[in-house]
Amino acid sequence: MKAILFVAVALTAAPVAAQELPGRNLAATCAICHGTEGRVTTKDSRLIPLAGLPRDHIATQMRAFRDGKRPATVMHQIAKGYTDPQIDAMAAWFAAQKR
Amino acid sequence: MKRRDFLKYAGATTAAGSLAGLASCATTPSKARVVVIGGGFGGATAAKYIRLWDPSIDVVLVERESAFTSCPISNLVLAGYSNMQEIGHSYDALRRHGVQVVSDEASAIDPAKKTVRLARGGDITYERLIVSPGIDFNFGEVQGYEAAMNSGRVLHAWKAGAQTIELRRQLEQMRDGGVYVLAIPLAPYRCPPGPYERASMVAAYFKQAKPRSKVLVLDANPDVTSKGGLFKAAWKDLYPGILEYRGNAKAIGVDTANMTVKLEVEDVKGDVLNIVPPHRAGNIAMQAGLITTNNRWCDVDWRTMESKKVPGIYVLGDATLSAPGMPKSASMANGHAKIAAAAIIGALSGRGADPEPKIINTCYSFVSQKEAIRVSSVHQWNAGQSTLLAVKGSGGVSAARSEAEGTYAWNWARTMWADALA
Ligand code: HEC
Repeated sequence: MKAILFVAVALTAAPVAAQELPGRNLAATCAICHGTEGRVTTKDSRLIPLAGLPRDHIATQMRAFRDGKRPATVMHQIAKGYTDPQIDAMAAWFAAQKR
Repeated sequence: MKRRDFLKYAGATTAAGSLAGLASCATTPSKARVVVIGGGFGGATAAKYIRLWDPSIDVVLVERESAFTSCPISNLVLAGYSNMQEIGHSYDALRRHGVQVVSDEASAIDPAKKTVRLARGGDITYERLIVSPGIDFNFGEVQGYEAAMNSGRVLHAWKAGAQTIELRRQLEQMRDGGVYVLAIPLAPYRCPPGPYERASMVAAYFKQAKPRSKVLVLDANPDVTSKGGLFKAAWKDLYPGILEYRGNAKAIGVDTANMTVKLEVEDVKGDVLNIVPPHRAGNIAMQAGLITTNNRWCDVDWRTMESKKVPGIYVLGDATLSAPGMPKSASMANGHAKIAAAAIIGALSGRGADPEPKIINTCYSFVSQKEAIRVSSVHQWNAGQSTLLAVKGSGGVSAARSEAEGTYAWNWARTMWADALA
């Protein structure tokens, strides 16, 4: 749904394809813990970088957190904030990022 | 920075000089320019993300401090668990992203001409302006405050920096058996859990270094405003006899001759007085007429962060009139920055804004040297109420304080620093 609203009407060369924008924007706020574009670069981080992880893995883990099937310190509370299409959009976006 | 260099980098013109030269696009293919005032969590993150998402846009960041100092983790400095070096960060990496960092203070904004005036002289023109000024204080609401602060006898240390260092020094010099008083203003204020983390950190320091000393928390609010259950459990378990909490205790004055804080009903004596006055949006927001509400805060369109008062100007962070249930936090400023970055790029490219932005808040607070607690929430656009609201069923707090949360807290702080500045 959302992707349609993002379709570029101008002829300007866009740095990102329009259909990636909802995923990019949603994924951008995961960066406070997972790092810019899902690449945690800070020392001692226990988090797995999301950039370049398989799309299905990310989506499956998000649903497992959301549905209480995977124990977590925080992700269960965050995952409950997202719909299935939003999870899929973020998973696709992270999967497409360079590690 | 030398003025000459600045002109070269930012393309500014002198007040008396050739504005017209810049305005005419006849000779140079004009890239759109976004000016960002304020290099805190909001402004620095926005500057970086605009460049990341659309490198064709010129971004100029105007920041008066030569380096960034983080409020998150600054309470650990008070306990000796961190230091100023650890919470300080250079703006150099932003320059590598192509952000032009100008070390100067924005002294005025002209929304009609779309210019920002710099304190050291010169105007910068913009297509879009981001104002991320943080907070300033309504000192007048605490009688005698400004004089007391200027004499060095009372501190807020609610902007990390010189006052953080000074408060640490006062705590170190205080005699064992002394009383540290922390006075908290009525909400909304910057970082809801911040004062309770600070009380915990000072108590941890006293417990180890000055065990006969006391922490007295005077809270203008009726009760702990964030993570209340978790903070109170930590205080009961870790700092009995050291930390005393009083709700509905609003500081209305300070008397440094007697070292007392005046409450409505009594005076309270202390050895170190840390009074945090009520806040409002930072001075430049007031100067530019961006304040909409209670003479304090700037209302925005939450789909874009654009000011409800002045078109073309986007306000981020603690200066905003917070959406319902939204704290004034570094994490929210980070989210605001990304909404604004997407919206500005959308506006300049004709694509439009994200129709339903969604951002995450998370704040970790330390309750002892190693243990932390957390609060999180997910906020999304609600068309019916035209604001961002927490998604029902999402968010919450830590199950309990733990060292694991402490490790994640450090991760979160370092990652937010890097997301803004690396
Ligand atoms: C407050 C910090 C924080 C935020 C914000 C956050 N995460 Fe996480 N994430 C974690 C932590 C911590 C873990 C480890 C599990 C736990 O304890 O919750 C994790 C684990 C994960 C994992 C599992 C990785 C694996 O292979 O095991 C995925 C996937 C994930 N997060 C996705 C996301 C997405 C998508 C977002 C944004 C919507 C996000 N996270 C936002 C902290 C965060």
